[in-house]
Amino acid sequence: MSTLTDPPRASFRLSQLIYDTRYRSITIQVVAFILILAGFAWLINNTVQNLAALGKDFNFGFLSSAAGYDINQMLIEYNNQMSHGRAALVGILNTLLVAFLGCITATLLGVIAGVLRLSKNWVVSRLMAVYVEGFRNVPLLLWIILIFAIMTESMPQPNQFRGAEPTASMILGDHVAVTNRGIWIPRIGFTSSISGNESVAPIDGAAPLATGGLDWLLIFGTLALSLITIRFVRRRSDRIQEATGVRPKTWYQQVAILVIPVGVVLIALGVTVVAPYLKGFNFIEGTHLRNSLIALWIALSLYTGAFIAEIVRGGILAISKGQSEAAFALGLQPGRTMSLVILPQAMRVIIPPLISQYLNLTKNSSLAIAVGYMDVRATLGGITINQTGRELEGMLLLGSFYLLLSLVISGALNFYNRSTQLQER
Amino acid sequence: MSDTHAQTVSYVRDTMLPQQAPPLTEVGVIKWIRENLFPTPLNAILTFLSLFVVYWVVSHIGPWLFNGIWNADSLSECREIRNATLGPDASAACFAVITERWPQLIFGFYPSDAYWRPVVALMVFFVGISPVLFDKLPRKMLIGTLAAPFLMYMLLWGGSIWGPVVIGLGFVVGLVGFKYLAPINSLLATLSAIILPILFWLVLAGPIIGVLNAIAPIGFEFIQSKDFGGFTLSVVIGIAAIILSLPLGILLALGRQSDLPIIKYSAVVFIEVIRGVPLIVWLFTASLLLNYFLPPGTNFDLMLRVIIMVTLFSAAYIAEVVRGGLAALPKGQYEAADALGLDYWKSMQLIILPQALKISIPGIVNTFIGLFKDTTLVVFIGLFDPIGLAGAIRASTEWNGIYWELFLFIGVMFFIFCFSMGRYSLYLEKKLQREHR
Amino acid sequence: MAVSESEMETQEEVKMNKTVFFGGLAIAGLAAGVASAATLDDVKARGSLNCGVTTGLVGFAAPDANGVWAGFDVDMCRAVAAAIFGDPTAVEFVPTTGQTRFTALASGEIDLLARNTTWTFSRDTDLKFDFVGVNYYDGQGFMVPKALGVTSAKDLDGATICIQTGTTTELNLADFFRTNNISYEPVPIETNAEAQQQYLAGACDVFTTDASGLAATRATFEVPGDHVLLPEIISKEPLGPLVRHGDNEWGDIAMWTLNALVAAEELGVTSTNVAELGAAATDNPEVNRLLGTEGELGAMIGLSADWAKNAIAAGGNYGELFERNIGENTPIGLARGLNAMWTEGGLVYSPPFR
Repeated sequence: MSTLTDPPRASFRLSQLIYDTRYRSITIQVVAFILILAGFAWLINNTVQNLAALGKDFNFGFLSSAAGYDINQMLIEYNNQMSHGRAALVGILNTLLVAFLGCITATLLGVIAGVLRLSKNWVVSRLMAVYVEGFRNVPLLLWIILIFAIMTESMPQPNQFRGAEPTASMILGDHVAVTNRGIWIPRIGFTSSISGNESVAPIDGAAPLATGGLDWLLIFGTLALSLITIRFVRRRSDRIQEATGVRPKTWYQQVAILVIPVGVVLIALGVTVVAPYLKGFNFIEGTHLRNSLIALWIALSLYTGAFIAEIVRGGILAISKGQSEAAFALGLQPGRTMSLVILPQAMRVIIPPLISQYLNLTKNSSLAIAVGYMDVRATLGGITINQTGRELEGMLLLGSFYLLLSLVISGALNFYNRSTQLQER
Repeated sequence: MSDTHAQTVSYVRDTMLPQQAPPLTEVGVIKWIRENLFPTPLNAILTFLSLFVVYWVVSHIGPWLFNGIWNADSLSECREIRNATLGPDASAACFAVITERWPQLIFGFYPSDAYWRPVVALMVFFVGISPVLFDKLPRKMLIGTLAAPFLMYMLLWGGSIWGPVVIGLGFVVGLVGFKYLAPINSLLATLSAIILPILFWLVLAGPIIGVLNAIAPIGFEFIQSKDFGGFTLSVVIGIAAIILSLPLGILLALGRQSDLPIIKYSAVVFIEVIRGVPLIVWLFTASLLLNYFLPPGTNFDLMLRVIIMVTLFSAAYIAEVVRGGLAALPKGQYEAADALGLDYWKSMQLIILPQALKISIPGIVNTFIGLFKDTTLVVFIGLFDPIGLAGAIRASTEWNGIYWELFLFIGVMFFIFCFSMGRYSLYLEKKLQREHR
Repeated sequence: MAVSESEMETQEEVKMNKTVFFGGLAIAGLAAGVASAATLDDVKARGSLNCGVTTGLVGFAAPDANGVWAGFDVDMCRAVAAAIFGDPTAVEFVPTTGQTRFTALASGEIDLLARNTTWTFSRDTDLKFDFVGVNYYDGQGFMVPKALGVTSAKDLDGATICIQTGTTTELNLADFFRTNNISYEPVPIETNAEAQQQYLAGACDVFTTDASGLAATRATFEVPGDHVLLPEIISKEPLGPLVRHGDNEWGDIAMWTLNALVAAEELGVTSTNVAELGAAATDNPEVNRLLGTEGELGAMIGLSADWAKNAIAAGGNYGELFERNIGENTPIGLARGLNAMWTEGGLVYSPPFR
């Protein structure tokens, strides 16, 4: 591509813009830039004209008007008199919740299934193959619908817990109720809460974290402080080990630092476990994990887990057998071989595709529409758009949210990826 | 040595023992079971657990499946048959809904006397794609590949055959213009290859089609997009999107690799924006917003809008797959192309892309599988894909209340499609690995 | 369902006529023309009416095994098509969801939306549509299993309620429970079929939607007697066809087609006697004006003189449509109730044809 001699400066001709490699790249870029700008101008012009023709304007004022609809699952306080913007926020938090839960369980499932598929046990490896292929080759939407239907059909109704001879009963010592409306688990309450009285009683439909915000902040703050202190203790014993060769026993100190402050805080707040019980039509108290959340969560985990299983399997297979043999030759035990030799190398192969699976899961959580889980697409992108007729603004906000979320996730995980990457030439 | 030991060591046996059968635990089924199912206690537990899972599933679904009723006109008739033959408590699937509605699930509302057309179109697709997939076939078949999209359009939508023929002719005009001008001036040739077809389509195509129609009115019955449904809809959207997105995806991948910052960053932004937002949001955009972005008054039918959106969507994914292929090529290939004095397009066309695309094919097939599964999302904007049709069937008075049978059928169909394509892509990957050794 | 056979035959004929389609670019079939201000001209040029219906609601709109649409809303579309073209099959049904229906109408994808849509102030004004009348007077009701022992909606404190999302029912429900100061747990569901499955499995205690939908849904249960509709009707849901705001000529055609069907029932004109009555002027001047044997009503709205005759011949008068699709002799079994003629104590009333 390089030219041997520089042409004389004086004789610049217009045709050089095209034939001279030094200028051509600039010409091409300028033309491309103008074309892109023109394309955008065309789109925006069309939109403005169309909006005018429909007699609509473009503003986000609708976000502050009253929403008027109810949302069943809310991580923050919300009622139907609050604004559309607040409803969108509730939806955003619900999206984040299911995506977060899904990523964790999908990883667990995927690692287990991936390892078991390599097992020498014929039945187990076949079963895992059926699981992986079954979930990879059938649309996620179908799985979500089916799992939701299975849950509503096969679990007992709250009614069946009632009466002298109930056909269903709560499990784990009357603490957990599994019904076809979801699962009620005990809630952690505070008798001497610092977030005010209303936070002790549950807000209808809200998760416990939303009800005792300050208390939880205090607990987690204490926990974080303890962990930092433990780190100091460990550093100190590291130094002593380096200096003297003997590592002092500190495990009891660490346990004490971890348990005592948090315990004191919990007792001071008067922590109690509030079990759900049947009243009226439903169970009340406790935390209600709704069917829609569970079905979506399970379906996303199983579906993404099947993909992760393949990634994990590929990652383990990619490590040559010589590595484990070498580790054995060095006298490492099988466990240490796995944790010190195989896994760190396999992780490098596994992490990049794992990131894109997390992204897929997050995006697929928008299929919540199939089970009526109130995620951001259902609130902002669904009911709000439908009630206000603001599809342009609503879709723009919705798209930006997902884009931002994707960029944040991929950014964070790419950062981690870069730090574990093998340094090549 | 051997002669002497008879005297020195008296207990050495000097005759061979007769060969004995290996112990029972080391042969046949038992050995297999012992080694494969119960090598360790943990494995034994896992085996029993797995067997229990299998038993549980079979015992719950088996009777329902095998008691299936295949001949009835409505769900209530199904229930009557069940009550009469098995008793009201027995669980029995009502597959009669599939017996009655399967043509609809496959073809949607496509006229029944024209069912052969989508089938033939699918065959045309396979013939067209075969030279791409199997490199042993003669290269001349690639002409068929280029003609296949037009043929498929003609078969699926129908109408006069002259429309697609003349549109296709536009590409030929561009190619001829390029061929003739290329020796004179490459820039002029490139420009003419773009401008000539557009001029041809805008100015000449309409009258030519009119004249041809007047002279020789040949054609099929025209079938509207809204009659497409069921698996035909899924397959048409999937295939149309993958065909249209391939060139776009390759251009985007090249753009992303480009040295020119503006081109590079526009490609990056486009790809990341498309990939960062879920398909369902894009589909709602197609259904709710695309009309805002087009000149006032234009109105596309929904299926075309969906195909456009899905094409853009899959182009971004294909671009990433092709980028992987480009990156996997050794740098020497690029340098060799430069050393030969080839310009950018020539080096891409002759050296880089043929190799890069070949290694990208498994990835492209996987993208297609994902895309094909994702076509089920069009149900949310009111198109009758298989899941949408399941809803419509359940809304008829005869089949109201039916559930599992339809979804089972749809799931099995999807599994067959996707699993076979997945196997193919796996085979291709293995083959490529062998060739690279 | 009796119609579908005969309709199929006529559709076959139409197809035979169109068997070879030559008109211009085949692409034109995909990019369906350019919408101009005059919808009637567009519809006539296209040769068919684009009518938005639901993706499937028992009795109101659903395709059968042959893809032929049938239902109460569907027949409304057919009547309008017959009024314009004299051919009840010159209509393309565009299935729309609760989410997409308004955009489809606003963008010109459909000319008429007949999708059990509630006439509300904001839809008529803010969303820029015109409702052309009411073809079904409905109200939001509640269905509960009999075993629950609930007799009033006010007893539903704490109940789990299945609602179809994207409709006015969500807002009504929120309002009702707020005014009565009781709590509930909403379970939003995308489609009616899905909601029905959830309700039957007991995942919600109550199913709420328009009373007609509840009755239609209950009719298809294995044991309909196990479920009761609560007496409260918590909202007014006048369901009607709607068109884009701003094209009054087009709106008039849809409005007066609906009125013609209503007037026909009042005047005793049915699908069986309409040909006979419309052949020559009768003694009743209003029937004559309606059927075009007297006066020039058709020309005033830009249609042929026998427009109303064709609309009535398409599927019958309002009462016939009702009886055939959702009436007491169908599995849905709705009584006329509010939808009886005004002469019989109902609300269905047509302005005079004069």
